[in-house]
Order: sequence, then structure tokens, then C-alpha cells
Amino acid sequence: MKKSINTDIAFTHIITRKRQTLVAALGVTIGVGVYLFMNSLSSGFGTFSKGEMFKNSPHIKIYKADELSLPLISSDSGHKAVIINPQITTNSKKIINPEELLSRIKQQPYVVNAIAQVSFDAFYNRGKAQLRGNGYGINILEYDAMFKTGKYIVAGSLNRLSGNLNGIIIGSGIAEKLNLGVNDNITVTSSYNVVKVMKIVGIYSSGNSLTDNAKSYMNISAAQQFIKEGPSYVSDIFINVPDADNSEKYAAMLQHLTAYKVEDWKTTNADVLATEKTRGTLMGAISLSILVVAAFGIYNILSSTIAQKINDIAILKATGFAGKDVIRIFLMEALIMGFIGTLMGLMVGSILIAIMSTIYMGGPVGYFPIHFEPALFAKSTVLGLFITLCAGYFPARKAAKVDPVEIFRK
Amino acid sequence: MKNREVILSTRSLGKYFYDPIKFKVLDNISFEAYKGEFLTLVGKSGSGKSTLLYCLSTMDTSYEGELFINNEIITGKKINELAALRNKSIGFIFQFHYLLPEFTCLKNVMIPALKLGKYSYKEVEERAYNKLDILGIKEQALKPASKLSGGQQQRVAIARALINDPAIIMCDEPTGNLDSKNAQIVFDTFKQIAHEFGQTIIAVTHDNDFSQSSDRTIELADGKIISHEKKNN
Ligand SMILES: Nc1ncnc2c1ncn2[C@@H]1O[C@H](COP(=O)(O)OP(=O)(O)OP(=O)(O)O)[C@@H](O)[C@H]1O
Ligand SMILES: [Mg+2]
Repeated sequence: MKKSINTDIAFTHIITRKRQTLVAALGVTIGVGVYLFMNSLSSGFGTFSKGEMFKNSPHIKIYKADELSLPLISSDSGHKAVIINPQITTNSKKIINPEELLSRIKQQPYVVNAIAQVSFDAFYNRGKAQLRGNGYGINILEYDAMFKTGKYIVAGSLNRLSGNLNGIIIGSGIAEKLNLGVNDNITVTSSYNVVKVMKIVGIYSSGNSLTDNAKSYMNISAAQQFIKEGPSYVSDIFINVPDADNSEKYAAMLQHLTAYKVEDWKTTNADVLATEKTRGTLMGAISLSILVVAAFGIYNILSSTIAQKINDIAILKATGFAGKDVIRIFLMEALIMGFIGTLMGLMVGSILIAIMSTIYMGGPVGYFPIHFEPALFAKSTVLGLFITLCAGYFPARKAAKVDPVEIFRK
Repeated sequence: MKNREVILSTRSLGKYFYDPIKFKVLDNISFEAYKGEFLTLVGKSGSGKSTLLYCLSTMDTSYEGELFINNEIITGKKINELAALRNKSIGFIFQFHYLLPEFTCLKNVMIPALKLGKYSYKEVEERAYNKLDILGIKEQALKPASKLSGGQQQRVAIARALINDPAIIMCDEPTGNLDSKNAQIVFDTFKQIAHEFGQTIIAVTHDNDFSQSSDRTIELADGKIISHEKKNN
């Protein structure tokens, strides 16, 4: 292939000015490296905390929202109105005909998983010791499909719960505090004063002490008994969709199916998400500023190259190089510097990521949740090159405007 | 020497400088240069020779009047067209050589031809060697331009001006800082180019010997042509 003379000149300039090239490239290296690293940190942590969130809450939840009581007599009836303070009704928060709703939800093509849950306030007793917590009635196999609970089982097994109306799976915190193991009995009381002695068929440890110290799982009908409700009582329906990031879209679609409250995880966790967004923006802004500073390195070096090469530019123009050729030559030089810098920056970023991922944070986090994310590598590369192009364009345009006559007169 | 082909001509060319005060540096310049002519421009320092040459070269476009090259009007063309025209049809030789220091002599000579893109890289290389050979500096071909003596650099610059076989070669004091031996080489080369290859040479010079042995000398004073001295050969 015919190598263009512009490329040839650009490469010659780069090669004969190795030091300046390296300095400019190093600027980009730092910029791109830091950008990649900081965004990987942010993204890794974001993914981790989202994962934590989805350990026991679904993408979309359907429940009956609290209702406010209405005046007993409507005011247009001509009678004297009874004034009452509107307040939350004591109506049960159950979902009517959950089976039918659940099967309709499951028919939706975008629904990956849908399960029903019965929750209640539970007290775990052994002798005089008592712990407060929450009991959840679920179909354990469906629940596992949604939340991968099986991963966290440390003793016993999930399967032993299915079909076992007297079985219960408790958190490791509960087991520890009450000194209980698998196959031991545990007395569970509900706020409706239902007392049951249940057999521990499994113990899980999710790493989150709030969960591990409080939550237990049993079959739906067992939970229904605890709150003295019939088999049609369900407190929530949990739904997972293919793409958690677009949960609000699916929630809106589901809302058409039911009058109950359909809430997606973003609404539920708005505060957490806002914090996360703030952190992401902060990291992005800082790393982008560093990248911009790096671009100034390119701008400086290229400007000084052009100032020194002004005679050469004049001679090139005199011998027939047009302004656009001159722009190409210097943009190419900027791109070469940017390319070298970006490559080295990706390497530096990778090294930082590799080091970070070996740092043990302890607790439920374990090793720092940072990964090599191809999308971020691509983004850093594009940004690094884009910023060098921008930084190179202005000096290059100045070079293109050099008037050879003015130079030759000197 | 009648009925010769005109290669370059000007019609009432004029130019002003505005800094520090407005003054007319070129005034009503009209002349013709013929194919294969070795033309010299002389005049006192400050008479406007260089300024005129830059206008003829198409690099300076801020003048009044008209410039024709190859019977085509040049005045008013776009700068990109002018660049292409310079590349193809005009060769330059400057007093201060102006080679690209980080390239070899050979590459310096090749650059305008690579830009033109008419010949393959190999052919261009061959032609460049050939031009360097004509100027007697073939041995220096692979040295960096910055490692040559002034006279050698000047000859490389001449070879570069010749590489695209331009119709016109313009020089501003091409022998200004050469010793008499080197000046003679340059002079002989010019004569050969003009008379054997039919290329036109327009050279600004202070060197009397040089101008005297050219085909024709145009003398400038205060921006006006004061004589079209013609040789009778
Ligand atoms: N950029 C400029 N701005 C204003 N005046 C200029 C400029 N360049 C040249 N001049 C003036 O124009 C006149 C002609 O200059 P020019 O360089 O053409 O002279 P010259 O004949 O080539 O002289 P020399 O023989 O010394 O090279 C001079 O008086 C000079 O001072
Ligand atoms: Mg001059």
C-alpha cells in the first residue's frame, strides 16, 4: 500500500522528537490510566452494591399500598357530615386472588421470575432467649431461582424445606445467638400470638448481618398460619425482568395488569441510587478533569513543535502542501502520541485494577469488587483518542494558517 | 527569438504595504516570461524584487492586477488550487536553502514528488537520485540534510525544485551565499535546464556576472520596471 507522504512526515517528526513524544504520551497515559481505574472502581462497586440489593429484593414488587380511611358519610347526602381524621385503614394488606394475578404475570413474555411471598414479624425463642426478626413464607425452589439463596446455605439444604410444612431455614446470626444447629427445634412466635415449634432444615449466611440476624424462610402455608390467614393470602409478589436497568419500563407495563401497587427497585431504593449516582458523577468528573489536563500536555508539545518547525511548514506549503495536508500531518502526530499514551494508560489502569482486586476489604464485600470491564476499556480508549484529537486540532490549524511569505521574508 | 511561447505574464501588477505606513511596493508591473527562458530580476536593495517574486510564486495573493501562468489566469484562484499548482508547475529555490533537517537529502528532494503522486515511490527515488547526480551531490543522498555544507544544501534545494519538472523555477538569490565555484555550478545548471529542458527560470540576483549571462534581465527600481534589457542571441 502506498504510504502517504503526510504520514511519512508525521512519523519522522515523532521519531526525531522521541522525548517530547514521550512526555506528551505520558500525560495521556496518566489521564487514561486514572480514568480507567477510577471508573472501574466506581462501576465495580456499583455492580456489587446492586448485587447486594438483589440478593433479597426483586426487580419489581407488587403489594397493596396503605389506604387512607374516608369519611363515613359522603358530604353530598344532605346529612351532617361526621368529621374524622383520615388515617391508615386497618384493612388487611393482603392481595386478593393472588394465584390468578401471579399466573397472569407469569404469562407476560418479559417476566423472568415471579413468586409470591407472605411476610410477618417473627420472634425466635429458645428457652428464655428471644430474638426479633421476620419470617417469610415462600416456595423455596422458586425463591432460589430468583435470589440464588442456595449459594448461601452453610448447613442443611434448601430441598429439605420444600413440602416440609414444619421446616424452617434460619440465618446464621439467629443460629449462633440461640446456639442452634440443623435438625434442632426452634420455637417461632408471631405477633398474632401463634406459636409453632419448627425444625431447622437449613442455615444460610448471606454476609449481611442485618439479614442473617433476622430473616427466616418457611413454606407459604406455614407463614399464613402465623398470621391467621387463609391459603389465598399473599403479602407481596416479586418479579424479576431480563434487564434490571429498565425495570421502570416493565413496572409500568405490569401496572396495567393490576390495581395493586407495582414498584420497581429503583423507586424502592431511590436514596441508595441517588448516593450511587452522586458518587459516579464525582468520580467521572475528577477522572475527566485529569484527562483534560493530559490533553493540555499534547496541546503544549504540539504547539512548541509547530513553533520550532515553522520554517519547515513554510517550505512544505511553498512546495505545494495545502492547509489540510498540514493539519493532517500534525493531527497524525497528536494521534500517534495519543495512541501510545492511551495504550500505556490502559496498561497502567489494568495494573491498578489488578492490584486493587487483591485488596481484602473484609465483611460481606470480601476482595474489593473491581473487574476488567471491556466497555470501560473501550470508553477510555475512545476518550483518550478523542481528547488528543481535540487538543491536537488547534495547534494543527494554526500550523495550517502559516503564511510562507511571511516566514521567507525574515 | 520571436513568437516564443509565453509561460508566465503579469498585467499591471501592483501591491501595497500598509505597515508602518501605506506605500506602493510594486507599481504597474507588466512583463512576460517565455518558455525556456533564463530570466533575472535585478535592482537595488528594497526595490521590491523579492516581493514581486512572491506574487509570481502564487504564495502572495494580496496584489492588484493579474497574473497568468500557462495562459491561465491565476489571480483569484483558491489557495488549495494554488498549492496544487505550485506543486506541479513551480519549483522554488530560496537563499537560505530551507531543507527539512530531519530528512535525508534524498527524502528532501523526493517530498514534492511524493506529494504530486504521479510516480511510484521507487520511480520518485530514482528520479531524485538522478537530479542529485546532475547537481553533483549524489554521494550525499543518504546524509541528513542538516549535515551538509551550505553549498551542498543549496544544490539539494535545487534538485528538490527540479524534481517535478516544473515549467517555472523561481529563485531568490540562489547564489547569494555560495562561493564562486559553487555559484558557477548553479549557474551552469540553470542554463542547462532552461536551454536543454525548456524550463523557465526567474531568478532574483545581486550577482552581476550571473545576470549578465542570463537571457534577459529585468531591472526594478522603487517597485517599477525600469528596463527590459534583452540579449541579442
Ligand atoms: N512585510 C512587509 N511589510 C512592510 N514593508 C515591507 C514588508 N516586506 C518588505 N517590505 C518593504 O518593501 C520593500 C521591498 O522589499 P523586498 O524585500 O521586495 O526588496 P528586495 O528588492 O528583495 O530587496 P533585497 O535586495 O534587499 O532583498 C522594502 O522597502 C521593504 O522594506
Ligand atoms: Mg530580497
